[in-house]
Amino acid sequence: MFELKHVGHVYGSRLVLDLPEYIEANPGEKWLLHGPSGSGKTTLLHIIAGLLKPSQGSVHIAEQDIYALTETARDRFRGQRIGIVFQQFHLLPVFTVLENLLMAHYMAGVQQDKTHVQQVLATLGLAGREYAYPSELSFGQQQRVAIARAVINRPQLLLADEPTSGLDDTRSEQVLDLLVSSAREVQATLVVASHDHRITDSFDHCITLDEQVELPA
Amino acid sequence: MNLFKISLAYIYRRKLNTLLNMLLLGLGTGIVVVLLLFGEQFEENLHRNVQNIDVVVGAKGSPLQLILSSVFHVDVPTGNIPLLEARELAKNRAVAQAIPLALGDNYRGYRIVGTTSEYARHYRAELVDGSFWDAPYQVVIGAQVASVTGLALGDEIISSHGLTAETASDQHESQPFRVVGVLQPTGSIIDRLLLTSVETVWLVHEPHEEEGEGDGQDHHMESHTDEDSARDILGLPMDSEIDAEREVTSLLIRYRSPIAAVSFPRYVNKETKFQAASPAFETTRLFVLLGVGLEVVRVFGGVLVFAATLSIFVALYNAMKDRRYDLAMMRALGASRGKLFFQVLLEGVLLTLMGTGLGFVLGHASTEVIGAWVREAQHINLTGWIILSDEFWLIGLALVLGSVSALIPALQVYRTDVAQTLVEVA
Repeated sequence: MFELKHVGHVYGSRLVLDLPEYIEANPGEKWLLHGPSGSGKTTLLHIIAGLLKPSQGSVHIAEQDIYALTETARDRFRGQRIGIVFQQFHLLPVFTVLENLLMAHYMAGVQQDKTHVQQVLATLGLAGREYAYPSELSFGQQQRVAIARAVINRPQLLLADEPTSGLDDTRSEQVLDLLVSSAREVQATLVVASHDHRITDSFDHCITLDEQVELPA
Repeated sequence: MNLFKISLAYIYRRKLNTLLNMLLLGLGTGIVVVLLLFGEQFEENLHRNVQNIDVVVGAKGSPLQLILSSVFHVDVPTGNIPLLEARELAKNRAVAQAIPLALGDNYRGYRIVGTTSEYARHYRAELVDGSFWDAPYQVVIGAQVASVTGLALGDEIISSHGLTAETASDQHESQPFRVVGVLQPTGSIIDRLLLTSVETVWLVHEPHEEEGEGDGQDHHMESHTDEDSARDILGLPMDSEIDAEREVTSLLIRYRSPIAAVSFPRYVNKETKFQAASPAFETTRLFVLLGVGLEVVRVFGGVLVFAATLSIFVALYNAMKDRRYDLAMMRALGASRGKLFFQVLLEGVLLTLMGTGLGFVLGHASTEVIGAWVREAQHINLTGWIILSDEFWLIGLALVLGSVSALIPALQVYRTDVAQTLVEVA
């Protein structure tokens, strides 16, 4: 499903990510990006998402070298094939839940399908909340809307950044189950970036990142 | 979802700020609209009043004053000219038509103009009631005079000496005027006048009409009421005995051919004791004089529009800062830089369109309000209920202003690094 070839990233004069291995993931697999904070998990997630061009190495998704695409084509590619759940959710506050999900259709350039949106919302236990604004939802509901938005375009790759941070054991288990089942529903490969040791058992593959040291000047 | 809906949602989000910017831009464009409407209609009014009057001949003095007094009836005349010489001038080959005017009196601020029925015909003012005069001391009143004063056929009025109600010192107590006709509204100056025969004005002002000279008065009354008495080229009665003492105020002249426009005024100004003034030329001069005042107001409107543009720029600039995560998220959802650039641009354009829309409404409404007020007091028929082709420029203006004010915020959005922005939060 995705291939990472010797990916590394330098920010300024600081090496923020160094992943010399060749990594290949197959459809439907569950991957964990594990490591302490500052080890470059989020950076790697952004690189896989096509949001950040790495200083070295290449990323292939569904056989496509995504950094060989033009930026606009990559944006479109991401919108249609990759779903991302950010740690801060980033729901758009001026739009309703329904509009937030339709936005994902619109920005990815796919047909806006209200019925599909309703179905996904129902699956995630959000039926009846279509016309609520994000600020009117509980933390858990907001997270589920963010997951719904990430899977609404049936992506091949579902990415989540620190989905369990700050949650108690029960809740973090629930969220993980939700991500796993949502990914299975659309047959997407799941990639979760986390420093949370509680969740390692739920994954069948793991990329462990170490804290990076300063580059010698 | 579409860019339009997204832009409106964000505009609505900043209600108060949006309202302020709309008001600022609305006032600016409103002033411009009022100026457009004002200028256009003022000019149209002036032109309606000077229609087909090629030149005005009167006593020497300021040509602008001559035009203002004899065409627009807003100033005092430069003086009078002897009837005999006026008659000679009217016979000039260049002259197709000469209409005599004799000024001097008013009724409640409305001028009484001694002239011939040709004057009414010139302004295409038909009678709606009654007839033209066939004897002295009969008046035909303009439509506005009729509606404002409530005068009707058969009413008698006492005229005052002078040209305005304020300056009128003494009333002519001797003989009242009787209303014999009412004119239809024309939208020109004639609506505000009372017309009578030149003979009437002579009678009112001739010195031997004073009390104690009963004989003379009778004699003249007789001669002027005589239907069969000979008429001169001006349509005035010929009376060899006293014609030499008689005067008119001015002549409104139409040329036989356009060529005369060069030679005739020169002839009048050099060879006679009179002056010839061109209404078209003097009107243009008047506009140049007024232009300075209008220019100041226009600059003021421009300053407001500029301030509004700046204010919209600041609003959008700040809004983009508040919204950077939203924008980054939209990118993450698949939106290209170009799409977001246009979304911000559209937001600016929508704001300015709303502002100019408000200005359009404000401008027309206030012109109508001013117009309703001015219609009674001034010489201008002003309305807010017309749309000028110049106003379509406003739409273009709004598009340009919106694009300009949104350009820098939109470029900023275009340049934003998504991953960088998203990391900032974490």
